[in-house]
Amino acid sequence: MLKKSLFALAAGLLFALGLVVSGMTQPAKVVGFLHLAGLAQGISWQAAPGFWDPSLALVMGGALMVTLIAFAITPKAAKPWADDKFHLPMPKNIDSRLVIGSALFGVGWALAGYCPGPGFASLLSGGMDAAAFVAALVVGMWGAKRWLA
Amino acid sequence: MNANWLSAAQALGGGMLIGLASWLLLASLGRVAGISGIAAAALSPAATDAKADRLWRWVFIAGLVLGGAASTAWIQPAMVSTRPLPLLLAAGLLVGVGTVLGSGCTSGHGVCGIGRRSVRSIVATMVFMGAGFVTVFAIYTVAGRAMI
Repeated sequence: MLKKSLFALAAGLLFALGLVVSGMTQPAKVVGFLHLAGLAQGISWQAAPGFWDPSLALVMGGALMVTLIAFAITPKAAKPWADDKFHLPMPKNIDSRLVIGSALFGVGWALAGYCPGPGFASLLSGGMDAAAFVAALVVGMWGAKRWLA
Repeated sequence: MNANWLSAAQALGGGMLIGLASWLLLASLGRVAGISGIAAAALSPAATDAKADRLWRWVFIAGLVLGGAASTAWIQPAMVSTRPLPLLLAAGLLVGVGTVLGSGCTSGHGVCGIGRRSVRSIVATMVFMGAGFVTVFAIYTVAGRAMI
């Protein structure tokens, strides 16, 4: 249990560092990426209002460079370092829950400029904005698990 | 190095750190680093979950919260609150309900799911990005500017 916790802590810390270094804990950069019409004004890597900020695409690209290799190789091991098997999601079906849920998520993501990771990583440094978002996020998750899952 | 190159390098480098963190969780616990899935299961664990499977999720989220605070103190000035409370609450609820229904968010579907070449995750990512583009377009059309 201690070993599992130490790995989970290290992964959480490193994930948060990546989010902050990449700028994804700044909602203006996320909304700046989603503002495709800003391309008419031009590109800004510092999320200047009205411009398009391409950063998020590079963040996803950088992360995928690692995970495409990691998920091709690592699960071939007999077992993970601190567990007796891999726990990978099995569902393959594309249903209305997946599409409707993802669409609702996308709307909320665009309204706040936060998704769950940057929300939690900003909880202590993002002022009332992040605190309010995370509080509502937790209520929404808990309610959906209880009544919709 | 000018500011644009620095921001681009930080985006790429930070993204690689996110990928490395996802690999670490996969290699050590055999788990997908999907933040919404981990948080939702920490809040209401399945009846079949072993005790150890409840603890690691809370520890991971704690690492995310503390790591975010420490990294922010080191790298950038703290954010100031700028947006209306009802907007943030509505956004949080939509993200919470949406990620549970859709089984994932930017990390679980976008980073890990596409990394696993899962068609489900590719579809989910296209849908939430598309919804995000449309929403921001609508905000600019109605309000004439971003909300932040």
